[in-house]
Amino acid sequence: MIEVKDLCVRAGNFMVSGISFEVATGNYAVLMGRTGSGKTTILEAICGLKQVERGSIKLMGREVIHLRPGERGIGFVPQDLALFSTMTVYEHLAFSLGIRKWSRSNIETRVKELADWLSLTELLSRKPLGLSGGEKQRVALGRALAFNPSVLCLDEPLSALDDDTREEMYDVFKTVRERTGVTTLHITHNVKETEKLADHIFYIDKLLV
Amino acid sequence: MKVSGQRTQSKVFKVGGDTPFYATLIFLGMIFIILLLGMLLALIFSTTPGKIWQALQSENIQYSIKLSLVSCTITAILSLWVAVPIGYLMSRFQFRGKNILDAFLDIPIVLPPLVVGLGLLVMFHFPLWWDQPVMISEATAEPWTLEALLREKLNFPVTFSVPSVILAQFMVACAFAIRTMRNTFDQISPRTEEVALTLGCNRSKAFYKIVLPESLRGMLTAATLAWSRALGEFGPILIFSSATRMRTEVLPTTIFLEFSVGDSEAAVAVSLILVGAAIFVLILTRHLGNSKQMV
Repeated sequence: MIEVKDLCVRAGNFMVSGISFEVATGNYAVLMGRTGSGKTTILEAICGLKQVERGSIKLMGREVIHLRPGERGIGFVPQDLALFSTMTVYEHLAFSLGIRKWSRSNIETRVKELADWLSLTELLSRKPLGLSGGEKQRVALGRALAFNPSVLCLDEPLSALDDDTREEMYDVFKTVRERTGVTTLHITHNVKETEKLADHIFYIDKLLV
Repeated sequence: MKVSGQRTQSKVFKVGGDTPFYATLIFLGMIFIILLLGMLLALIFSTTPGKIWQALQSENIQYSIKLSLVSCTITAILSLWVAVPIGYLMSRFQFRGKNILDAFLDIPIVLPPLVVGLGLLVMFHFPLWWDQPVMISEATAEPWTLEALLREKLNFPVTFSVPSVILAQFMVACAFAIRTMRNTFDQISPRTEEVALTLGCNRSKAFYKIVLPESLRGMLTAATLAWSRALGEFGPILIFSSATRMRTEVLPTTIFLEFSVGDSEAAVAVSLILVGAAIFVLILTRHLGNSKQMV
């Protein structure tokens, strides 16, 4: 469950303030709003990447506002994907597991399982350079899901994809949801995406300056 | 009917040719290229492989080549150790006075080389308690200075010995390495580090696992540039280390010493070694710059 109460975040000269919403465990929520309305700032605050001025963020009933990003149990897919250019697809999927000191055999099993779900098995030895938009998207999603996070945050994940790939990715997101039951917060300004995926829709309509 | 002021026949409009423009650009550019080429060809044709070989047999020149290679390599490694953290801090963090610090870090690049050498010399020989200098011993009447402290307490003399050569090279080479590393880190998106933080890394793990591997080419470029800057350094070394044969003599010092005793052939031979090294460094840095990967 994601519970955000009276959240106030400063981003440069702007301030996003008075944000409150709840997403029940296992639900898929879409946060909508105009460009520059502060959607990404809210997502980054939930992930622990932006300093919060005041308010509360609870994930699965636990207050996370003072926890470091890696302690929050959030899988994050940024808009530009931010793939690691020196790592193979396998290393992307294994990254968070290596940090958590999983055994080599457990990592291998988990990476194979993820690669199977996300149709990445043939690409495991490739580096991001030269992958298609949809393939990169699936690698970023697999990297975020590898350590079984309780919450998944997606920042306009489909904005750079063509219509066909976008349709494919709707199915991928639905499969992920069915298999993991992860609580998802998805940012977009695309109405079709919202109709296809969302259980709940939240709108941000003003930004405090 | 003819209306006053109105043209009855439209005149064909012609745009002037581009030849004079291109000719001017090429002419001005060629002045510099011809000078550069003439200079290199004159150096190459004013000696023969036999004379270069003969010069290389000299014990002094062999020492100078050895000291140059060793000191430049140490300088490049030290520069990288300093340039990576400074370049990273300057690229990733905003703080008060950042612009002033940024300009300050460029001082060795714009300062006349002789001033760098003089500054180092004065710093190492500045009395540590200047209002009332404390003497090492009454007999020598030498005050405690940084140089005296290193020499007397650690048995590590700096001025006019090999460490001074490395330090003089380092002061200038490091500034170039810092600039290169800062540009490198500027080109790496901070997003990748942020994602690594959400995946369980702390700042240092994100740096070692993500940023350092991605900046490897930048580090090689910075080290190569530092190495080549150090190889050509002369002014600071002349002042801070002096030009002592078989002691603080590096390749530029050899050119100066050989030329000053009238042996211009040996000076040209050593110059060609430096030209060869410069061309090698140019090719290497171009290669590193051109083969950058993009996601």
